[in-house]
Amino acid sequence: MEQEQKSSASAPQDEPIIQVRNLETYYGTRKILHDVNFNVAKGEIFVILGGSGSGKSTLLRHIIGLLNPSKGSICLFGQETTELGEEEWDALRRRMGVLYQGGALFNSMTVGDNVALPLREFTDLPEATIGIQVRMKLGQVDLAGFEDLKPDQLSGGMKKRAGLARAMAMDPEVLFFDEPSAGLDPIAGAGLDDLILKLRETFGMTIVVVTHEMESVKKIADRVIMLFKGHVAAVGPLDEVMQNQDPMVQQFFERRPDEEKLDPKEYLEYLTAGGNREL
Amino acid sequence: MEIETQDLGSACLVQVTGEVDMSNSPTVRETLIDLTDQKVGAIVVNLGGVTYMDSSGIATLVEGLQEANAYGGKFRLAALTPKVMQVFELARLTDVFEIFPNVEQAKEGL
Repeated sequence: MEQEQKSSASAPQDEPIIQVRNLETYYGTRKILHDVNFNVAKGEIFVILGGSGSGKSTLLRHIIGLLNPSKGSICLFGQETTELGEEEWDALRRRMGVLYQGGALFNSMTVGDNVALPLREFTDLPEATIGIQVRMKLGQVDLAGFEDLKPDQLSGGMKKRAGLARAMAMDPEVLFFDEPSAGLDPIAGAGLDDLILKLRETFGMTIVVVTHEMESVKKIADRVIMLFKGHVAAVGPLDEVMQNQDPMVQQFFERRPDEEKLDPKEYLEYLTAGGNREL
Repeated sequence: MEIETQDLGSACLVQVTGEVDMSNSPTVRETLIDLTDQKVGAIVVNLGGVTYMDSSGIATLVEGLQEANAYGGKFRLAALTPKVMQVFELARLTDVFEIFPNVEQAKEGL
């Protein structure tokens, strides 16, 4: 679909919004991501796919600057981010929104103040304008009338939607979702998928989604990257990735559990070697 | 973004062109508030030249409508491009505003 998007001096139309090159990272001595490479184009809905523990949320945290890689390069809007200071990151963060798994709202503030927070922090907009924007964003996530409640008065799904309203507050160029459907009922999950598609269509937003919800992936994804134990198993349009004959890819799409293959010698070494040895 | 006002006799025409975003929507707000403070009977905002409008621009127009309604004034929008119309649709505002295909039709009946 052809996208008409807001112009941006630092990210020409043909330059990827996100470029990840040779990314590797460790937690202690354990290697979590292995030589990850991919691009995300402007206006694309890109899904990071994989089972639990595959490294997909870790990859997202690297892209949004919460973690620094051990090796490799990440470019956002054409800017290398692995060497950026806090001020430079602040400027980049104004251009992106993040919906965290639990919504990540401040419990001491009302829902409305949570959504208004980035607008008050990063803009000089008058309070009257901010108030209308907050109510519009809450209306878009079906939380009209909830602005004066505190987050602990909301259900898990409502917290997530309030978190989305906050992530959208600055009309970001890129929106990141970490497991958006988790904790939502099927109708709310489908509504969120529709909203993701509308945001891309209306604002030309680039959207990156971490999920393992296949129904959602089929509905929204332009391209996917599939991770398996921190390795890239496949990357490309969903239908191509689903045809990939890699056994790990097929196991994921066929929803087959791991086969029990316990080598007695390796298991003994694991039991006696301390906490860092992998089976 | 550029904004100009023009007295049409029966209404005040506000011409907005370019990209309306968080850096310049306060300028649009100042223009609209200036008109509603004067209780101008009818305001027509021509958005035909607007290539992008973010949620702060939309919120600014909502405030203008609210202010005009408060004293019984008319507040109409004209010539929205399909892209800007999509933003109004996403914000569920197409039935809240009086929206016309062009300025000529927006002026009718004022």
